Amino acid sequence: MSVPAFTGSNVMDVDAAKIRGAGSNVHFDKVSVAYGAHVVLHPLTLDIAPGEILAMIGPSGSGKTTALRAVAGFVRPASGRIRIGATDVTDLPPYERGLGMVVQNYALFPHMRVEDNVAFGLRAQGADKALIGERVKDSLATVGMSGFSKRYPRELSGGQQQRVAIARALAVRPRVLLLDEPLSALDAQIRRNMVEEIAKLHRDLPGLTILYVTHDQTEALTLADKIAIMRDGRVSSHGPTTELYRRPPNRFTAEFLGRANLLPVTVAEGAAGPKGLAKAKLGDAVLAGAGRSEKPGDRTLLCIRPQHLSLTGDEEHTNRIVGTLKEVHWQGELTHLVLDVDGTPVRVSATRLPVSLPERGSAMPLFFTPGDTSLVPEDVRG
Amino acid sequence: MLVWSRSGRMLIWAAFALVFGVLFLAPLAVILLSSLADQWNGVLPSGLTFEHYTDVAQGAAWKAVKASLITGFLASALALVSGTWAALALRIQDATLARVLGVLFFIPSAVPSVSVGLGLLVAFSHPPLLLNGTIAIVMVAHFVLISAFTFGNVSAGLARLSPDFEQVASSLGARPAYRLWHVTLPLLAPYLVAAFGLSFALSMGELGATVMVYPPGWVTLPVSIFSLTDRGDVFAGAALTIILVAATLVLLLGLERLAGRQTR
Ligand SMILES: Nc1ncnc2c1ncn2[C@@H]1O[C@H](COP(=O)(O)OP(=O)(O)O)[C@@H](O)[C@H]1O
Ligand SMILES: [Mg+2]
Repeated sequence: MSVPAFTGSNVMDVDAAKIRGAGSNVHFDKVSVAYGAHVVLHPLTLDIAPGEILAMIGPSGSGKTTALRAVAGFVRPASGRIRIGATDVTDLPPYERGLGMVVQNYALFPHMRVEDNVAFGLRAQGADKALIGERVKDSLATVGMSGFSKRYPRELSGGQQQRVAIARALAVRPRVLLLDEPLSALDAQIRRNMVEEIAKLHRDLPGLTILYVTHDQTEALTLADKIAIMRDGRVSSHGPTTELYRRPPNRFTAEFLGRANLLPVTVAEGAAGPKGLAKAKLGDAVLAGAGRSEKPGDRTLLCIRPQHLSLTGDEEHTNRIVGTLKEVHWQGELTHLVLDVDGTPVRVSATRLPVSLPERGSAMPLFFTPGDTSLVPEDVRG
Repeated sequence: MLVWSRSGRMLIWAAFALVFGVLFLAPLAVILLSSLADQWNGVLPSGLTFEHYTDVAQGAAWKAVKASLITGFLASALALVSGTWAALALRIQDATLARVLGVLFFIPSAVPSVSVGLGLLVAFSHPPLLLNGTIAIVMVAHFVLISAFTFGNVSAGLARLSPDFEQVASSLGARPAYRLWHVTLPLLAPYLVAAFGLSFALSMGELGATVMVYPPGWVTLPVSIFSLTDRGDVFAGAALTIILVAATLVLLLGLERLAGRQTR
């Protein structure tokens, strides 16, 4: 069965107007969560602006679901307050919080048809019939599932079930949409489509605040306005998506978001000039990259993405390092190389290869521009 | 299939047929045959007759069927409600308390049913709770004996239920009562039907405790069977047994269909 796209904007215009501006901000104020003596969320302070998509991303067990469930009201914070809009919801039961929640395995009610699943929230809240009918229609149209209203969940594919789950959450006009790994149960192809469709959904409903929990960096990079990277129950970094990617504030962020190469270097000159470029030494090579407040002599890390390393130099690619070629993996559109640079493995993703690659084990230069390079402090904790 | 060779498979089927035939079918077949037997002195009965059925039908059989069905239905319904309620209530208690109470629930099934009957008789023979000689004490006995199974069945169902369903329902604005009625109970329905069927079957066959407590006007099928065979009227007892088996089977098949429709 073909997977229909979310419908176009003509259906949405009416609907979007109703939702636009309805989004609320979410504020975590020193929220901590513990199971017994085991602290799984250390005091977390974080703000999600109205209409923003915040992706909370991190390895499994880092506390993402816990943070999301604290907003939903299924986990009671040991300390701190959670506000949604002007309301302090910390002590409110889940059913009074006005949220929509979508979970990894969809959790569609198996004994209800698609339309009854979507109508569930409004019926539970005692909305009148006409409104329910209209909202069910709108919500199913929004996710491109209008033709499936009489089906039972088991008669739908995984991707279709997830659309219905999203429609069910949208039907109650939530102040905030909570998505917990909504695509993890889908296979790669459908997942890519769904990421794009969720992005479109948010363009259609720009007022909708979304907290999107995932362990997948591609989903986060594609969808999020801002990203919070979680590690061991703490926010390791938080900021606008592109900024976090371009100038990762620490090693964990650089590695988790886009698997950057990190070379240990010694600062030679602090940041200067209009571009804030600093100079750092790696062996004999002097390399330029965006600096922060490093001082000469500091030991730090030089961050360079695999796709920014070039096999040929020119007037822009002025940084030059030399490594020993270890591995070559051809993958069609990309070729992945692994080199050893002063004992650090460096990954290169090249779209074009020179006519002949050197032998494995021989030395090979790599070039990159200072603009693609930044200095990243080593993590303070382990 | 773990066994692939043809002869190996045949052997396994033969062994299965033997065990099943000897342990399950043979006794039933003998009972069926005796219920139809005119005289049975040799290997096989000397003649077949429906006389035993007409005899018991003229006697107390229908009253016994009615007593058993009513007892089974009421006790099972009561056990279903309280077992479900207990399972739901224990779920939100902390784990240790839930486990202790869960074990307590099963104690009556570890005690011989005769002792349960005796206990009830002693306990309820004095005011303020004078149940001795009433129909209620039969219901109570059955309820005590079967509620552990209802509780166990429903608890097992609840444990398999992903918490996601109820949490999503709550987050969409469903209050606890609405959520229970529209989400939790429908999702539990197959387990509830199974629990009810099992309780009913157990109650239909219950003898030990009933024999201790039944009042004169409320003779259940197993009690009549017991007294008939005790008096030496084996053939009539057999006929009544077949009626009991048939009634229980019809009931269980009906519930099975209901459960099938529920889970579609
Ligand atoms: N109900 C619970 N009881 C005890 N520990 C829990 C419970 N739920 C989660 N945890 C622990 O909290 C930590 C964070 O879990 P979670 O928020 O689910 O992580 P994530 O969603 O990032 O994978 C994990 O170490 C997990 O084992
Ligand atoms: Mg999780």
